[in-house]
Amino acid sequence: MTALYDAYNRKTFPDKLLAFDEQEPLFVTESHSVITDNLNSARVWKGLEQKLHANTLNMLTCVWLSELPGSDELIFRYARKTFDSKHSIEMNFADADVLQMKKIAQKVNHERHRLIELVRFQKAADDVFFAPVSPDHNCLALTINHFKDRFRDQKWIIYDTKRNYGYYYDLKNVTEMTLDSTNLFPEGKLDEKLMAEDEKLFQDLWRGYFKAMTIKERINPKLHRQHLPQRYWKYLTEKQ
Amino acid sequence: MKAEILEKLQVLAESAKYDVSCASSGTTRKSTPGGIGSTSGWGICHSFTEDGRCVSLLKIMLTNYCIYDCAYCINRRSNDLKRATFSVSELVELTIEFYRRNYIEGLFLSSGVVNNPDYTMERMVRVVKDLRTIHRFNGYIHMKSIPGASQQLVHEAGLYSDRLSVNIEIANEQNLKMLAPEKDHDSVYKPMLYIQQGVLQNAEDRQKFRSAPRFAPAGQSTQMIIGATNESDKQILNTSVALYNRPSMKRVYYSGYIPVNAYDNRLPALKQAPLVRENRLYQADWLLRFYEFNVDEIVDDRYPDLDLEIDPKLAWALRHPEQFPIDINKADYNMILRIPGIGVKSAKLIVASRRFTRLTSYDLKKMGIVMKKAQYFITCNELTSSTVSDTSPEYIRKLLTGKKTPKGKDNQHQLTLLFD
Repeated sequence: MTALYDAYNRKTFPDKLLAFDEQEPLFVTESHSVITDNLNSARVWKGLEQKLHANTLNMLTCVWLSELPGSDELIFRYARKTFDSKHSIEMNFADADVLQMKKIAQKVNHERHRLIELVRFQKAADDVFFAPVSPDHNCLALTINHFKDRFRDQKWIIYDTKRNYGYYYDLKNVTEMTLDSTNLFPEGKLDEKLMAEDEKLFQDLWRGYFKAMTIKERINPKLHRQHLPQRYWKYLTEKQ
Repeated sequence: MKAEILEKLQVLAESAKYDVSCASSGTTRKSTPGGIGSTSGWGICHSFTEDGRCVSLLKIMLTNYCIYDCAYCINRRSNDLKRATFSVSELVELTIEFYRRNYIEGLFLSSGVVNNPDYTMERMVRVVKDLRTIHRFNGYIHMKSIPGASQQLVHEAGLYSDRLSVNIEIANEQNLKMLAPEKDHDSVYKPMLYIQQGVLQNAEDRQKFRSAPRFAPAGQSTQMIIGATNESDKQILNTSVALYNRPSMKRVYYSGYIPVNAYDNRLPALKQAPLVRENRLYQADWLLRFYEFNVDEIVDDRYPDLDLEIDPKLAWALRHPEQFPIDINKADYNMILRIPGIGVKSAKLIVASRRFTRLTSYDLKKMGIVMKKAQYFITCNELTSSTVSDTSPEYIRKLLTGKKTPKGKDNQHQLTLLFD
């Protein structure tokens, strides 16, 4: 956002946005380092808020959280088009950037939904329900309201093992947390010593139920993998 | 909880798995202080079995003992299989513990009929009542209403469940009587009517008193078995339409008949469940519900059965070449919906974007439209492809159903040059 502010201020628009630790491409004619300025970025965001629908702003956030290469430049271009155009561009899906924005946001939203579906809690001995996840996009934060509402009477931790942070709910508030070591749950399974007494039983019950539900005459592994991509299997109780 | 529960669970899940419905949508319920769970409104699938069906609810029978002897059902009285019964408290605990681990969205409770319908229904109601009142469970509950149960019990069930369902099983009453001598359509339509009355009455009550307790807020659904008897798709779809015209009916499910009781000679000997036909029926169902199609446009006396080779929308388009090509940049939304290869989402995208610019085939492709099909039925800014009106429906059909040769295989047929 500060980059956008700077660009309008300098009246020059960049060809490429780089993070500080990225290597510069060859033959750079001019480079400008942007230092995040909360005041300026807030001003840009306010400008966007005036021109865009709340849903579109959420979409921008989703695209940012996608962590896909080029998503920062996409947001930059989208914001610039928004500021430069007299009319709203939100519905113009013939524009490549607008369509791409929608597609990426959809992807992130889809993954958010997958998380809500596929998080598997394991009950620890101290009555905390623990679930490791490793989503492709950084969308854990988007699911917290759902889990907070749904499991309001149990303590839980959802931990992103890929990005090494998580959220802890203590029956009142959700706080962000980072564990010092991930030894407590090798390969996504809670150490048996830490598990609650009946946890193993319910895991077995669930696995047994899952197996019994399959209709053998209709087995369709392709469809199975389409709905339940293999990358999620490592944390799914029923697939272990 | 003891380990023998595992065996019970497996037996009763095996018995319940032929029920198709697993929807957990239609109700929004926020969590309450001291209660467990919430319901989200759009439905959440929590897993998928290896046959690709979703697992959203704990689909389970209270018992698989049954006094009936229906030919299509695995739990018929004359079948020799393991029988089990859950106690109310076992099932309640199981539901809650599964729910707390985010395995499930709620409970789908069904049951074999023991003693008489009312006795069975009463036990089922006790489970859902315990969940809702004692444990203050806010998750989703789908309950089967037992054919022949009394109105009072159906009413009580509706107060605790989100969705109720009665399976019609066979679209034609004579066929139903042949396979299930103890049942008739009356015993199915009666509880359906009770549910409908309850929902309508409740809607009225809630207009007067906002705090009136909700009655089956997600409506009701039903299920038909496909391929066990000789109904045509026309009969089946007309039954569905009649059901959808009832105010509270949300979904009709189709279940391709799986030969669970192959020894019964009233049933056809099938090698494989009619999965393609089931799929086509669902596609037709979607056309009825979301694509503004009329049932006689999909099946009529000339075409009483759906085409298994192509989907019903394409079949309709090929029967009506005079309606095409459709101009993407001008046509109404409901005409765009009728183009094969364009779904509800892409139709909406098209209508929204064409206000800014004239759309080209390149734009359409990027939006995710299946141009392989759509190209024969549209005109847009520059597309000059041979449409269905320039050629013939038979030719297009051949193009779209022709065998696909894998890439790279074509070369084998290349003619060799002759050098003398």
